Amino acid sequence: MANTLKERPVYRNIHVSQIVSYRLPPAGIVSILHRVSGALMFLLLPFVIWLFDNSLTSEISFDRFASVFTSGAGFLPGWFFKLVCLGLIWGYLHHFIAGVRHLWMDATHSVTKEQGRSSAVITLACSLLLTVVLGARLFGLF
Amino acid sequence: MSANFGSRRLVVGAHYGSRDWLSQRVTAVLMALFTLALVVQVLLPGEMGYYKWAGIFASQWMKVLTFVVIVSMALHAWVGMRDIWMDYVKPVGVRLALQVFTIVWLVGCAGWAVQVIWRL
Repeated sequence: MANTLKERPVYRNIHVSQIVSYRLPPAGIVSILHRVSGALMFLLLPFVIWLFDNSLTSEISFDRFASVFTSGAGFLPGWFFKLVCLGLIWGYLHHFIAGVRHLWMDATHSVTKEQGRSSAVITLACSLLLTVVLGARLFGLF
Repeated sequence: MSANFGSRRLVVGAHYGSRDWLSQRVTAVLMALFTLALVVQVLLPGEMGYYKWAGIFASQWMKVLTFVVIVSMALHAWVGMRDIWMDYVKPVGVRLALQVFTIVWLVGCAGWAVQVIWRL
């Protein structure tokens, strides 16, 4: 009896090792990056508050805050902190724009396949463009 | 009709996640509006330095708004991180440990941030 049954495809949860071979649509890329950027900001929260603390507490601490990005802190060079900040800038921008996209979808029921695709492409374009602009400013290109 | 309360309650129905979903949306809107308000104040004329930056956070109303955003951030991140742990971490013990870590991390960070705005 079992032999006559047609082999049916089995879909399982993808394994970590399979991630690279999966090609996601733009909406899928925005979705996973929303998660990645959120987790990134969660983990770097103490660093952000440390910067916030130094930048506000006094003029002396403000100078220390500013010097972190030029002369570094401890054994870590200044460019490393700029790089971490660039990661945070990207994370915030992506999370912000992808979040606005979510709210827009919730409010206007814009959930067709085509709307999901186009808004995802816009989200990626805006977040990456703004990251490049602010990153250029951060590294002193203008 | 048989009893349907207390330990006999039939666990069915909706609303188990809608509160978290709604709180994540509301806190997101609050943080987004705060971001815009902060960006506007940073872009106002005047050279950026300690006095302008500290001046932005000097008024009591700005401290209150910042406090609201710090609490919003903690709630928002709690819902998001809990979603991540629930999706990717199946062993109950490990998941519980990570959730406890998340709470400690967020409450600790929120306390530090609140101290920064109000000790000046």
